[in-house]
Amino acid sequence: MTETVQPVIVGAGPAGIGAAERLVKAGLRPIVLDEGFRAGGQIYRRPLIDDGRSYRNRYGSEAKKAERLHRAFDRLVPSIDYRPETLVWNVADTDRGGHLDVLSRGIHREIAFTHLLLATGATDRVLPFPGWTRPGVYTLGAAQTALKAQGCTVGEKLVFMGSGPLLYLVAWQYMKAGASVEAVLDTGPLSSKAHLISLLPRAPRIIALGLFYGVQLKLAGVRILYGVRPEAIIGEERVDGIRFRVGDQIETLQCNALAYGFALRAETQLADLAGCRFRFDERDRAWLPERDALGRTSRPQVYVAGDGSGIAGADAAELAGELAALALIEDLGKAHGGDRARQLIAAHGRILRQRDILEKAFPFPRDWFETVPGTTMLCRCEEISISEARLAIETENISEVNRLKALSRVGMGRCQGRMCSAAAAEFLSGVRKVEPEAVGRLRAQAPVKPIPLTFGVTGEGEARS
Amino acid sequence: MTRRISTDVAIIGGGLVGSSAALAIRKAGLDVVLIDKGFCGAQASGVNYGGVRRQGRSPEQLPLSQRAHRIWPRLRELVGIDGEYVRSGHLKLARTEKDFAKLEAYAETVEGFGIGLELIGGRALKARFPWLSAEAAGASLCADDGHANPRLVSPAFARAAERAGATVLEHTSVRDVFSTGNGFTVLAGDGIEIRSRMLINSAGAWSDRFATAFGEAVPLTRIYPSMVVTEPLPLRLPVSMGEQGGGFYGRQVARGNYVMGGGRGRALANPDFSRPAVSAASSVMQRAIALFPHLANAQVIRFWSGTESEMPDGNPVIGPSETTPGLFHAFGFCGAGFQIAPAVGEVICELVTRGQSTTPVDAFSIGRFREASAHTATSL
Amino acid sequence: MMPQFIRRYRRDEEPVPFTLNGSPEIGRRGDTVMTAILSVSGGLRHTEFTGESRAGFCLIGACQDCLVTMPDSSRVRACTTALAPGMAFVTTGPQGLKGGCHD
Repeated sequence: MTETVQPVIVGAGPAGIGAAERLVKAGLRPIVLDEGFRAGGQIYRRPLIDDGRSYRNRYGSEAKKAERLHRAFDRLVPSIDYRPETLVWNVADTDRGGHLDVLSRGIHREIAFTHLLLATGATDRVLPFPGWTRPGVYTLGAAQTALKAQGCTVGEKLVFMGSGPLLYLVAWQYMKAGASVEAVLDTGPLSSKAHLISLLPRAPRIIALGLFYGVQLKLAGVRILYGVRPEAIIGEERVDGIRFRVGDQIETLQCNALAYGFALRAETQLADLAGCRFRFDERDRAWLPERDALGRTSRPQVYVAGDGSGIAGADAAELAGELAALALIEDLGKAHGGDRARQLIAAHGRILRQRDILEKAFPFPRDWFETVPGTTMLCRCEEISISEARLAIETENISEVNRLKALSRVGMGRCQGRMCSAAAAEFLSGVRKVEPEAVGRLRAQAPVKPIPLTFGVTGEGEARS
Repeated sequence: MTRRISTDVAIIGGGLVGSSAALAIRKAGLDVVLIDKGFCGAQASGVNYGGVRRQGRSPEQLPLSQRAHRIWPRLRELVGIDGEYVRSGHLKLARTEKDFAKLEAYAETVEGFGIGLELIGGRALKARFPWLSAEAAGASLCADDGHANPRLVSPAFARAAERAGATVLEHTSVRDVFSTGNGFTVLAGDGIEIRSRMLINSAGAWSDRFATAFGEAVPLTRIYPSMVVTEPLPLRLPVSMGEQGGGFYGRQVARGNYVMGGGRGRALANPDFSRPAVSAASSVMQRAIALFPHLANAQVIRFWSGTESEMPDGNPVIGPSETTPGLFHAFGFCGAGFQIAPAVGEVICELVTRGQSTTPVDAFSIGRFREASAHTATSL
Repeated sequence: MMPQFIRRYRRDEEPVPFTLNGSPEIGRRGDTVMTAILSVSGGLRHTEFTGESRAGFCLIGACQDCLVTMPDSSRVRACTTALAPGMAFVTTGPQGLKGGCHD
């Protein structure tokens, strides 16, 4: 009896596609599960239908990469088992292979795997402030997705806020799309940008692009302010403007939408359910699945790649996807080009070193909660305020995020903490005066996203391979 | 460095039993050290269904259960929060006439205990509970049973004990425990040495280890409930529901979520941890839709499981050790400890301070397993 | 309510009729439910506990804040659901715990 090898890749962004390409080259036929309508992931997200826009128009400086990746995937489709619109909501029995519980257009299935490669990507990292739940407030990634995939801007008159390269890119993209960009509010101090100088010799393209966006925004008369902290969104049922502080000055800007974010946070729930060990990453200020240089986790035959294993961006994700695939191939006892792995590891390492510099140039606002009033919602699903969380922390002497969840409901709602767990960890560590690492990480629970109660009724099983 | 603590009573296990015992004993004026390997109330006490139910318990549990019934409305006074306790009523359905006959027989058996069961036939059931659409032969309603939030109640008892002066050591595993002739030594955590006159074993699914350490092996097995919770939904379900024969139980909390359970989860490689089984969750969900068609469009946002202990006869072990004076056991609640735990805490306090309980607990003596364990020992 | 989203492309794409709170509206082929609704209005739902209005947040199926109710009380996640002709949505009226929208 020959043992069937069935690799399953979760996610069809740059990491998932990079992995699938390499596995197919090695003669394997992976199942590729993706929540999206079309492969590409978030950064190279494709619209539902062709809307006549060029790659250049849609993806800007990343057009060539996007086009190459999309074409590569389209060529792969006959050689893989590709299943779009498929939510993977559970991982079971991973000691000797296992299965995934998936939901695809209302149908529940179990999909068996011998090897699991998680390329689950990331979501925006956000922090609460008064009005962040108002209609018209979106994440930076959301604003970009609306434009890229739907050809819409999330408002007519916008303010962009936060920290990270995406801030300037999205503001520029919105300006080019015809929206009125009122201001770019960088929460990092101007002085932090000096770190970019050391990036110049290593990644001149990043610097050139950054300068390009900044200069174009400036030339168009867009105000760029540094060291900003928001006071509040103005408007009850919608966004009428934003009040913010720069130094001692309080200012108000009128707008009907705000897009903001502070880089990204890895989607790690499936790695957690697969039983992978986690470690705290200082750069991401987050707990991430442990991985070796190629992407092997602590669990045999479970691999991670791309932003879901630590934020490094699309270029790194593509390399990491291929690396994880090489590890998988090696674990099957097949030879692979060791030179290729070494090249990829070196290139991946270079990107991570650039990320270190970018993190200093676009710092996370560690003092955020010092100025956010207690009435602000911390958990937008369960609608738990900062005061309520603080009361629980102080009266129950809470020092750990799962305990905070159990006793205050922060992170207990529909999004399973995707929108509040980073903030909750920062807040709790601030109250306790410890590093975020010390408050632990929110444990994932199946289903990692809501599933219909009827799933067991309409489901049809699928024979395990 | 060794930290030495001297105390009257050491309690291993900070679940609802251990915590309520700690509170009661501290209030009786004795020094208490409460030890938990994790957070207090984070195991079975904190992750159970939350049923505060007398209906369905064995007759020998009912005196204890009635005592607990009088404690629950006093939670705010006792521990500072009401724990979302509501006397919603507990409605136990019978799918078949045969099951209904069992409910009738049970009602007759426990009539003298005064828990107030009302039997409702199939047609009357429809009239009383129009939202209930599954076919049922009948049901038994215990109007004064209800439910509460275990996530809040169990830790609150531990905090109340601490406020009353108990020493609470969380994240402190017991490495070794032994009798010193006139008391006990508990070696715990990183160099903590606790000397106590008396010792309470309320370590839930981990209690067998400590019972065995004193020559009282017990046939304890671990069970893992399988729980499902929906998103918040409009308030429709006024009672906590159960079914004759088990298989399904469900309640709707004040915030709108349906909390439902049935079947069993499964242990992970480390049996201290478990995961809900998708198959069990799926049958819970199917039954939920059959019972409450208004949930047809509801979404499930979380499964969970926990680690509970079960004894072969379905009753807990409560009472003094038969081998070691000063040692008391309270464990093995078979997935039904939440409601009676606060009364068990008081009983343990009575045993510790007065040597006897005012509520009968003889049926729960560890001695009932003596023969069985002796038999096991010889067959090994 | 003022539309929240502004279409920049696909403006002349094939129309897709849908109903919002009983009124006929027009979306465009290639729209998600979210784009269709927010191109003609300013909200998607009201929250359970405070009743405040929400209009989505992340647009990639993570935040679960864009659940939209349909007249049969089923719900769709607006940002990850493609608009189909004849769909109907209810974004106003009671949706809280005492409401009847998805009973």
